Amino acid sequence: MLGKTANGLFWMYRYLERAENTARLIETGQRIALTRSGASDLEWRPVLQTAGVYDAYLAAHQDVTKDAAIDWLLRSKDNPSSVIHCIAAARQNARLVRTALTHEVWEATNGAHMRAQHLLARKVGERDLPAVLGTIRQATSLVRGATHGTMLRNDIYDFARIGTFLERADNTARILDVKYYVLLPSVTSIGSSLDNVQWETILRSVSARGGFRMEYGNSYEPQDIAKFLILDRRMPRSLAFCVRKLRDNLGYLVECYGKRPEAWHKADHIDRAYLSHTIDTIFDYGLHEFIQRLLDLLSELGAQIEKDYRFYE
Amino acid sequence: MGDGGFFDEMWRDAGEVREPYRRFNAWFEDENPRDLLAKQREAEDLFRLAGITFNVYGRAEAEERLIPFDIIPRIIANAEWQRLSRGIEQRVRAINAFLHDIYHRQEIVKAGRLPEGMLARNAAFLPQMIGVKPPGGIYTHVVGIDLVRTGPGQFYVLEDNARTPSGVSYMLENRETMLQMFPELFVRNRVQPVQTYPADLRRSLAASAPAGTAGRPTVAVLTPGIYNSAYYEHAFLADQMGVDLVEGHDLRVVDGRVAMRTTRGYKPIDVLYRRVDDDFLDPLNFTPESQLGIPGIMDVYRSGGITIANAPGTGIADDKAIYSYMPEIVEFYTGERPLLENVPTWRCSDPDALAYVLDNLADLVVKEVHGSGGYGMLIGPTATKKEIAAFRRKLRARPGHYIAQPTLALSTVPIFSRAGLAPRHVDLRPFVLCSPEGVRITPGGLTRVALKKGSLVVNSSQGGGTKDTWVLED
Repeated sequence: MLGKTANGLFWMYRYLERAENTARLIETGQRIALTRSGASDLEWRPVLQTAGVYDAYLAAHQDVTKDAAIDWLLRSKDNPSSVIHCIAAARQNARLVRTALTHEVWEATNGAHMRAQHLLARKVGERDLPAVLGTIRQATSLVRGATHGTMLRNDIYDFARIGTFLERADNTARILDVKYYVLLPSVTSIGSSLDNVQWETILRSVSARGGFRMEYGNSYEPQDIAKFLILDRRMPRSLAFCVRKLRDNLGYLVECYGKRPEAWHKADHIDRAYLSHTIDTIFDYGLHEFIQRLLDLLSELGAQIEKDYRFYE
Repeated sequence: MGDGGFFDEMWRDAGEVREPYRRFNAWFEDENPRDLLAKQREAEDLFRLAGITFNVYGRAEAEERLIPFDIIPRIIANAEWQRLSRGIEQRVRAINAFLHDIYHRQEIVKAGRLPEGMLARNAAFLPQMIGVKPPGGIYTHVVGIDLVRTGPGQFYVLEDNARTPSGVSYMLENRETMLQMFPELFVRNRVQPVQTYPADLRRSLAASAPAGTAGRPTVAVLTPGIYNSAYYEHAFLADQMGVDLVEGHDLRVVDGRVAMRTTRGYKPIDVLYRRVDDDFLDPLNFTPESQLGIPGIMDVYRSGGITIANAPGTGIADDKAIYSYMPEIVEFYTGERPLLENVPTWRCSDPDALAYVLDNLADLVVKEVHGSGGYGMLIGPTATKKEIAAFRRKLRARPGHYIAQPTLALSTVPIFSRAGLAPRHVDLRPFVLCSPEGVRITPGGLTRVALKKGSLVVNSSQGGGTKDTWVLED
């Protein structure tokens, strides 16, 4: 496969994943605004931080308001992580790697783009927001479904998955990075309703509320939430799950190409050295420091993959 | 329904349907126009979803547009097609022989059949190709011959696209769309298939690989990139052939071979189907200031290490000034009378011709010698006085840049409109593959149609649409 094609696949699926993540963050933000009495526009600050676009938002706006934050996350052409921009970038990469995709995957991607362009052509009113976000998530899910159902399990698929899981791991880590303090055991207001809302928010932003309830019932313990999102290997957005998937897919490439590159060792190292402990060890290490370290390692892994598989040079 | 003296391919003057359209018309008369209008819209949705778009130069960045598709097919009887095919094959063989000759012994110049200046002073003539023998002896692996029709059995060659002819993806997608929307039509009519084109192309390219290529030749399609107007087609063909789609920056000369950067290192290419102009092939050999292209590819080519399809320097064969010599060229290399007619052409570099052209601008079509895509062209009969005056100045300033031709009475084929069937002017571009195994012409081609009433410009960049083109079995 061409290095350029591997690069295009990697980014196509990163952007699709990012579009979904941003859409989910908007839903979560909207949900808090609706269910919490006395909620203020300030609630949108952590949402923007989690999406990694807070600084850019501030450069373009006077203050944080709900409408402006939603529009920035959803439709802004100046925000490279906005839903509309991510879908357009995914489609642009899909065009670039058109020959590596099945007809179904291409059409689903192009269809998602057409829908997003149509739905997000104008500012989305509050009443329409849930339906619009739902439709967009359906459209991107169709790409994922077509990918699973029609693509050969070869190196093309591996690069698509590597992009997906690197983005997803990064997203989960950023949610934890912004909200880590509400998971610390030392917080004084333990068990307060404020905490409950915060915890629920975290779970919602990774679509994990149902999964968590199934496992732990209705009582939210911060320790359990941290464990679920960091170490639970059954939870498809947990760090341990994503990193293991990264290592698996890099491993398939090893089988395919017959060479074990540095990137595989890096993924293996993250799994062994950071994600094979108990949650207590992580708290002892320092939750914030741990998350920061993982974000760095994930970014290094991305750069290594780029190099090992000749994305650019 | 033929009007204004134009030849209509579906109807005789008496409103009687011509034979090739008989079954189609029977079907059409049973259809509800409202359903067909809905189908026409459905076709548009299918094209849009498939992303069959082209980028328009000079428009907003990366704007993608659809080429309008008309659901009424253009139908050609097999006997007619056979006649056309023979003419096309003769012409393409002559073009290959001509290219070989002008880059070697130039017999045609020595024989006094082509003025030496036509080559020496022609920007499309590539001195770098002198003495180069392309692998398999093939210069034009893919050719698109533009034909127009003016009467029963009366065809003219308008242009020989011998560099990087485009449009073949529309030929294929138009058929695909028709099959999907009107399967019953293909039960009633026996239409010769076009779908073999990608496999034929791959086979033809592989057969043109350098001598000594071991195993199955590695083929790749070279595109200028996703902002190119024909990018969709480049990706489509690479996809259909199951080969890689590369850009210049994916390629590099490694150990005397042209190789593409893959996830596992550099892999040599045997045949490069390039959809970029000569100028963007090799900055070392052609355009030193260019960032585009593959430095050194021409050296590999000259040493026989890669097949470039079409060969560099083939542009001279579709140069509009050379075009006027095509009857002589065909006769010189085949020893036969040309089976297909050329449009009479005035070369404005000739003072007598220029004088005639200037006197008759209102009746003529004037084209730039090196232009394409319908740009920089004057259509006398539909031009305003101002446009004609502007062209007169251009002609006087640089007569050698222009040729002129009579305005042809292009045939019409009906399009489907809200008001029912309406005749519109069409042309036809069949696609021809050449390899050491022979010449293969796909039965059909791209029919372009001027959607505006009375318009003679069929180019997609200027309001043209396309139709599915059927060649019937006997």
